[in-house]
This record gives sequence, C-alpha cells and structure tokens, in this order.
Amino acid sequence: MTPVVTITDLAKTFHLHQQGSIRIPVLAGFSAEIGAGEAVAVTGPSGRGKSSLLKLIYGSYRATGGAIRVWHDEDWVDVATAAPREVLAVRRRTIGYVTQFLRVIPRVPAEAVVAEPLLDRGIPQDTALERARHLLARLGIPQRLWHLSPMTFSGGEQQRVNIARGFAAAFPVLLLDEPTASLDSANRSRVLDLIEEARAAGSAIIAVFHDDTERRRACSREIALG
Amino acid sequence: MTPLLAAEGVTKSYGGRIGCSDVSMSLHAGEVLAIVGESGSGKTTLLRCLSGHLPVTAGKVRYTLRDGRHVSLDDLSEAERRLLMRTDWGFVHQDARDGLRMGVSAGANVGERMMAVGDRHYGRIRASAVDWLTRVEIPEDRIDDSPWSYSGGMRQRLQIARNLVTSPRLVFMDEPTGGLDVSVQARLLDLIRGLVRKLDLAAIVVTHDLAVARLLSTRMMVMQQGRVIETGLTDQVLEDPQAPYTQLLVSSVLQV
Amino acid sequence: MNPPAYNFAYLNEQTKRMIRRAILKAIAIPGYQVPFASREMPMPYGWGTGGVQVTAAVLTPDDTLKVIDQGADDTTNAVSIRKFFIKTAAVKTTERTEEASIIQTRHRIPEARLTENQILVFQVPIPEPLRFLEPRETETRKMHALEEYGVMHVKLYEDIAHYGQIATTYAYPAKVADRYVFDPSPIPKFDNPKLDNCPALQLFGAGREKRIYAIPPYTRVKSLDFEDHPFEIQTWDQPCALCGSRDSFLDEIVTDDRGGRLFVCSDTDFCARQRGEA
Ligand SMILES: [Zn+2]
Repeated sequence: MTPVVTITDLAKTFHLHQQGSIRIPVLAGFSAEIGAGEAVAVTGPSGRGKSSLLKLIYGSYRATGGAIRVWHDEDWVDVATAAPREVLAVRRRTIGYVTQFLRVIPRVPAEAVVAEPLLDRGIPQDTALERARHLLARLGIPQRLWHLSPMTFSGGEQQRVNIARGFAAAFPVLLLDEPTASLDSANRSRVLDLIEEARAAGSAIIAVFHDDTERRRACSREIALG
Repeated sequence: MTPLLAAEGVTKSYGGRIGCSDVSMSLHAGEVLAIVGESGSGKTTLLRCLSGHLPVTAGKVRYTLRDGRHVSLDDLSEAERRLLMRTDWGFVHQDARDGLRMGVSAGANVGERMMAVGDRHYGRIRASAVDWLTRVEIPEDRIDDSPWSYSGGMRQRLQIARNLVTSPRLVFMDEPTGGLDVSVQARLLDLIRGLVRKLDLAAIVVTHDLAVARLLSTRMMVMQQGRVIETGLTDQVLEDPQAPYTQLLVSSVLQV
Repeated sequence: MNPPAYNFAYLNEQTKRMIRRAILKAIAIPGYQVPFASREMPMPYGWGTGGVQVTAAVLTPDDTLKVIDQGADDTTNAVSIRKFFIKTAAVKTTERTEEASIIQTRHRIPEARLTENQILVFQVPIPEPLRFLEPRETETRKMHALEEYGVMHVKLYEDIAHYGQIATTYAYPAKVADRYVFDPSPIPKFDNPKLDNCPALQLFGAGREKRIYAIPPYTRVKSLDFEDHPFEIQTWDQPCALCGSRDSFLDEIVTDDRGGRLFVCSDTDFCARQRGEA
C-alpha cells in the first residue's frame, strides 16, 4: 500500500474568545496513514471530531499542532502549514470533499454544479458536462432537473447532486461526510457502488458513516477517535 | 510565479489618523480576494491604495503589466497609471453614479473604454456594447436609454459591463451589492461570480457582508482599525476564525 | 489737439503685452488653451470680450479691420465692435474680406480664401471641448495633458445612437496639429475644413473663461469622426437665392408671414461680390 495521506500527531483545539475564552480540545496526538485504493472509516462517539478531522484534512479547519501530509503532484504537501494558494491547488487536483449538505448557489444549474470541479482542472466544457450528466443519471436525478438550480430540489436530491460533484473528478483522495445520510436504500446502494469503483480506481477514501452496515460494506478499515 | 498585484507594508495616514497600516498581500491571476470589516476598518482606504486612487504614505504596491514587467505603481507615470486603470483594471463602485457617466446612454457607457483606447469604428463599438449588455442581462433595447432610467441593480450591471469591455485582468469592487434589495443582490452576485470564473478575472472585493465574501472569494482578509487581523482561505476564516474580532463577526452573522 | 480719451485700442500697453505673451504661447502650442488675465471691457461678456481683447492686442494703426457676426457685417454685435475700434483706435474698417488685415468674427469663417497677411480672431463663449462630459477643470486639464480624448467620441457616439448620424453641426470638435482637441467656437461644421491648412493666423479669445488659443498658419486641423461615420459638412438642395452660389453656407430667411422662405449666403460680403461679378 502506497500512503497518500500521512497524519502525524495532529491536534485541534478551538479557542472561543466570545464564550469566556474557553478552549475545546477536539483532537490530540492523532496519527494515521491512508493508502491509495483504501477506504477508511472514521469512527467514534458523536462530538469526538469525526467531521472536524475531515475539515482539517481539507484545510477548512486550521490544525493547532501536527502535520497532515498529502501526496500531491508528485510531492508531499503539509496541509496543516501550507499557504492558502497551495491548499487551493491540493483541492483542485488531489482532495475531493463531499460535505453533509450541498452549498446551493442560486441560478447555477445542477449539471454545472457537478461539472465545476472538472472545469476547475481545465477539462473542456463538453467533456465535463457529459461526465456530470452521466453521474446525475446514475444517481437517479431526472433529466428534466439537470438544467435547474438545486435550490428547489428535495434534501435527498441535493445530496445526490453533492455526491455526483464529489465523484465527478476522480480525486486521488476523497473525503465523505455521511454521504448516505438522507438517501433511500436504492440510492444508498448506488453511492456505495461509486465508492467501490473509486477505490478500485486507486482513490484513497476517508469517510464518516452513520450506519454500521454501510460502513462495513464500504470500508476495509476503521480509525477510531476518542 | 510573480503575483499580479502585490502590496508591501502599505500604510495610509491622514494627518495623525490611520487609514490602513502596514498591509502586505499578494494576488495572483484569476484569484478573488475579499477584504472584510466594518465601516471605518480601513478596507475602502486599502482598496483605494491598491488601485492607485490614493497615494500611499508608506509601502509599495506592485503590479505585473501585460508585457510581464512587475512595476511599482508610483514608478509609473500618471499617463501609464491612468491607461492601466481603463484597460487592464476595472473599478466597480458601490454607488453606480460614481462609476457611470450618467449623462450619456448605456451604450456610450460601455463603449467609452473602447473609444478611450482608440477604437474609431462606431459599428464595432456598438456591437461590443450590445454583446456586453447581453452578458450582464440588460435587454438590448435599453442600449440607448440613460442610466437614470435604470433600476439600482441594472445600473450596477451596467457598471460591470462598462469595466469589462476592455478585458481587464483585475477588477476592484467596493461593496458591489451595497444598498441593493436582497433579491437584486443575489442576482448580481451570481452574475459577478459567473463572469469572474468565465473570464478568469482576478478581483479584490471590499465588503462588510460575509455572505458576499463567501460566494465570491477564495481568500479573505479581515480588517479592524486599519490593520489586517486575519487572513486565510475563505472557508477557513468563516468556519474556523481565529482572532477574537473575526469570531465575533462570524458569530454575529450566523445568528442573523 | 485733444489728448485721446483712451490708450490706442482701449487697453493699456502693459495689458496688451500680457495678452500678446499669451498669444505667442498659444501659437507655439497650437490648440492649447492658454490662461490669461482677461480684463473687464466696456461691453457685456456675451459680446465677445475675449475676441475684442485679442484684436486690441494685435491691432496696429495701419490695420484694416473687418468685424462679422453670423457672417454679416451689419448686425448689432458687429457694428458695436467695429465702432468700438473706430473710436478707440481710429483704424480703417472694411466689409470686404480681402481688404481686411484683421477679421474679428463670431459664428462664421468668411467664404473667401484667407491669406498669409490676415489674422482671423474668433469670439469664443466656451473654449473647453471636454466640458460637455467632464465638468471638473482639474480633470479636463489632465485629460488634455495626457491626450485622453476618447470621451470626445462618446459625444459623437451619442449623436449617431440617437439621430443615426453625427448631429453636432456647430462647435464641431477637431484636433489641431495631431495633438490638442479644441472647440472651434460656434462656427458651423461647414467652416471646419477652412480651419485646416489655413494661410491666415487664427486666434481664439474667451473673455469670461479667460482663455486664448491659436492655430498658426498652415496647421493641420482634423475634425473628429468615426471610420464608418466620416466627418461631413452641411449641404443644401438649392443654391443661394441671391447670388446662385452652390458652395457657400446658406441661412434660411423667412420672407413674409405666409411661410415664404429663402436660402441666402450667410457671408453677406461674399454674396455681394458674387452678384457683382455675375
Ligand atoms: Zn449668395
């Protein structure tokens, strides 16, 4: 197994100045290694920082200590200390992130939302849209909705658009935060298929699952927090 | 890689009063930076310094010209600076009346920059004006109307078209959605976001509105009392603010 | 012999020297508006005090003066100014263009080709061509300095957009010696081609606005236009009803209260000469 994410002694403490300057430790001394083609489930009691870990790897949260090294463009980048511009480059080409909820932008149609990560990489519009439509179809989004902004979609539809977006670009590292939470069983199964395919294609997957069965089906290994 | 725009220790004081103090930053091609803070935080002063509208008291602002030369703005002659402002740069004012020629038609407003750089073909200028009005979603049949007859949102879109007609690489925006109704704001923000992506524009957006910053920018600078107190990726600053003031700013918005 | 009531041509010598210095500077920088300390004249501003001061500064006792207003020598304004110089300078006056050494004019350039021995003095109400779009004086000065003249075409663009053609017919802006854009005063655009490569010295005086500018003899003067809407002068369907000229600027005259109209030369001297020769 070739490691693509190496986390060493990671610490995260929130310092809330407005709430009497309290400090909330979320992670301390956390280390892990995730390899290409591996799917790892992050487990632990709720409130123990599972989502926070994903945000730290993605760079949305700033680490208090430690290193998060990601194999990017034939080199290691420490997301914990990298300059914003490097983190953006890592996000563009290396790390994908499926959040719990889609951030809807009014007037941007669903297919464009899905195609965006491909366009950001410089993939031609036609190719990007073709791939986007293919994924939307696989995830059961009716064709008549592709041209509409997901603003008016149901929660489940929005989440499937979000998943399609996450899988569109075949990121070498993919972070999934409860990707199946608001889906029915048929769609859950489709998402698990996508995860399996991404793994087979060599992506490293770091996921948080609510459901034990799904977690076991999707992931080969668990890393426990707390 | 040389940044498009870079500031080193930019300070502006008016007599004893500090406008902005010791600001350093860099902006690369295609990047969108938001400068946020409350009124009086120095963000507009900084924008005016970065865009060459205000001479700095100390520090330097550098820009990479189209020919690749990376020059300090105060090493440029006034003629070069003014040429830069109406070709390679755009400036979108909060009040469209400051950025438009209210006395002439919408078409003339869009065509002016072309004429300013020497285009002397009416038909071509007209065709560009039509094209740009369409791109900012202004109906073609309003081309000969005065901006006075436009709504606030339309004036703002016209101002954007007027700036973009020379294909600038950098656009400065000062509270571009300020003073507009919420629904009008949303449409304008979508339009700006779309244009910035499509044209691969670099932009510096000054705003007090974190929602505007979130939608438009990839990076943020938070200012308070003339100083930059926090910088980072936009999602970083909004989701994991570090400075006490930023935390207050973010939490007060989230409560709304 | 009584001492003259006025210094020659009304202005004292010091003032005339100051104005001449401004004129020399204006000639040295064709089309550039030179500020000068405009004096109060014994006539209202609208009467061409700028032109009168310029004329006073260049006038010599040997000169022959012609004064026209709208092309005519006999209008109130022209008559008053002519009388003013007869009284203050006792110079010869004439109505014939080719006899005059100095011609002060409002609103026209004579039809007859001027010569190197003549000076044409224009009365200018508003010297700043950029004023229409930029009211700030500091800004217009900067625009001239940096040759930022795109805004002039904005005005022409507006004409075409609204009227289908360049509708500006008077005070039509032009570029002098490929450098300064200037306002030729409210002459019809018909006269703009006469500004170009003119053998006579052309001086412009704006009294209220305190500006003097000049076009030296044989200077290129190019009227602004678009490639696809080139500069054109006015034309008429009929010749002058009095002299039959087809290439002079015509005024419309109402001949009776039943709607009768005539088109006749605005240059009364030219018209009379045409008839005399015919
Ligand atoms: Zn006649």
